[in-house]
Amino acid sequence: MKTKENVATSNTTDKAATVEFRGLRREFGPTVALDGLDLTVRPGELVALLGPSGCGKTTALRMLAGFERPDSGEVLVDGEDVTRVPAHRRDAGMVFQSYSLFPHLDTVDNVAFGLRMRGVRTGERRARAAELLELVGLADKGGRYPHQLSGGQQQRVALARALALRPRVLLLDEPLSALDAKVRLTLREEIRRLQQELGITTLFVTHDQEEALSMADRVAVMHAGKLEQCAAPAELYGRPATAFVAEFVGTMSRIPGRVSDGVVDVLGQRLPVDGAAPQAGEVDVLVRPEAVRVAADADGKARVLATSFLGAAVRITVRLADGSEVKADLPAHEAADLVAGAPVSVSLPERPVLAAERTV
Amino acid sequence: MARLNLWRWGVFGLAGLYFLVPLAASVVFTVDVPGQGLTVDAYTQIVGTGGFGSSLLLSLELALATIAVVLLLMVPAMVALRLGAPKLRPVVEVVCSLPLVVPPIAFVAGIVTVLKWGPEHLSRTPLFQTFVAIQNPDFPVVLVLAYVVMALPFVYRALDAGLRAIDVPTLVEAARSCGASWPQALVQAVLPNLRGALLNASFLTLALVLGEFTVAQLLGFRPFAVWIVNVSGSQAQLSVAVSVMSLLVTWLLLLVLAGFGGRSRTTSRG
Repeated sequence: MKTKENVATSNTTDKAATVEFRGLRREFGPTVALDGLDLTVRPGELVALLGPSGCGKTTALRMLAGFERPDSGEVLVDGEDVTRVPAHRRDAGMVFQSYSLFPHLDTVDNVAFGLRMRGVRTGERRARAAELLELVGLADKGGRYPHQLSGGQQQRVALARALALRPRVLLLDEPLSALDAKVRLTLREEIRRLQQELGITTLFVTHDQEEALSMADRVAVMHAGKLEQCAAPAELYGRPATAFVAEFVGTMSRIPGRVSDGVVDVLGQRLPVDGAAPQAGEVDVLVRPEAVRVAADADGKARVLATSFLGAAVRITVRLADGSEVKADLPAHEAADLVAGAPVSVSLPERPVLAAERTV
Repeated sequence: MARLNLWRWGVFGLAGLYFLVPLAASVVFTVDVPGQGLTVDAYTQIVGTGGFGSSLLLSLELALATIAVVLLLMVPAMVALRLGAPKLRPVVEVVCSLPLVVPPIAFVAGIVTVLKWGPEHLSRTPLFQTFVAIQNPDFPVVLVLAYVVMALPFVYRALDAGLRAIDVPTLVEAARSCGASWPQALVQAVLPNLRGALLNASFLTLALVLGEFTVAQLLGFRPFAVWIVNVSGSQAQLSVAVSVMSLLVTWLLLLVLAGFGGRSRTTSRG
């Protein structure tokens, strides 16, 4: 009887692969799905491709899988150009968004499908499939058919199937978005655990920022077919490179300010600008809700617009004197007397802030 | 609830009467000969009457050939349609439904014209032999071609229903990412999930070919349906007995097909 760790070691790929996208471009009729995507995924790394729908993240993943051809640019795996290699010789395991198990096969045969295609003998491939099912925690579901399994179980089987051929790259195309919230949480931890145990280079497409931030080594934020920023979750959240990243990842409020000589005037405070400051003049200061301080103040010019209880914190929406709205997270006990309409004062901590061009 | 059940039984009973009364009448007519009492002579005669075996065999051969051709034609076409050009679906649907609109009599008139025109104009070319060969009375290929066209609406509908129930693009992509080539993906991942639809299409085609009369008669061939009509003129009882028997034969064949489908399900499990 093998322990889970042993199973995991026997599955570990000898050497994790490097994946490289170089200047990928793809148009579907009038829409540009990818507009020169460059991205390098290091061996054994889990990179999440994050972006709004239509930003080209799925197209990029499908190009790595071999289901799409780029109009120009190339896909490299371990420095080798695989752009023209057909999908079934790509050596990439894929888990799809929709349940993609073969309905006519039970879980063992589903997992063993790839091995059957490779001509592995029946006994051997069934043993290997059982091993993989154990790895995803479904050792007892071997004889079940897909329609007898829950959504989460189906995706686990799909994961085992994707790993069966010991692929160099694992591709996950929104594998959790069809599942309900609880299952999603446990499965995402499990995928991460497996990925780290196996040390397999993984690309994970998602539109859920929480998923991306909690699972990935690095998150690649995409927008309109281009890479906006690829960085570790903490850096992405704390030091977003562009205004798009700042507003797509987490919640950001824009407060009008005035910049001069790398210092910005905002809410009556003078704060240094983080990173490259825009040209002098009117700017928007970008702030996270947890960085905004709100205090009850009878003379305050700002008014509470709405409050919503989030559990540990309360999110307060405040309208400033100039009409712009700011969101702030306060510990629940501090927010007790801040009801809608209450006069408050708003301030920022004495830290460098992000400033972006004013958008109207 | 009880009222609903009453209704159900009522409808069921009426439908049963509608189907069973003519059938029972036929059976009674064949076995109850005036002056002789109950006898199965009519049925024993069938085997002795010339042409029974050969015409039935011809019909079965035609049915098998038609099923093979129509499935080989339609399955790849419809899967390709799903994968590559979903927008063309309505066009193909209309084309496949045309045989329902064009009466067989008009259809066969067209075929006869072509069969006459062909040899006249092509008598000096090797195509002349082709025209002769497809009209070989031992196995008239031209009938298979005609039946393939006539079966299109039914096969299209059966396959379309089957394809609707599965996500063909995802299944193919899943198979491809598991290392299956295109043909492997189709045969190993898509076809097994279409088994029900393939069986339905085969049922309908089989029933169509076994019962087809117009085209075969007008082209001068003698499959089972034509043979039944030919013997009916002289021996009324015999011809009804043959009809009853052909009904049983069709049922039997359908059961065999269904059994075959059911068995292949269990073997794929092992």
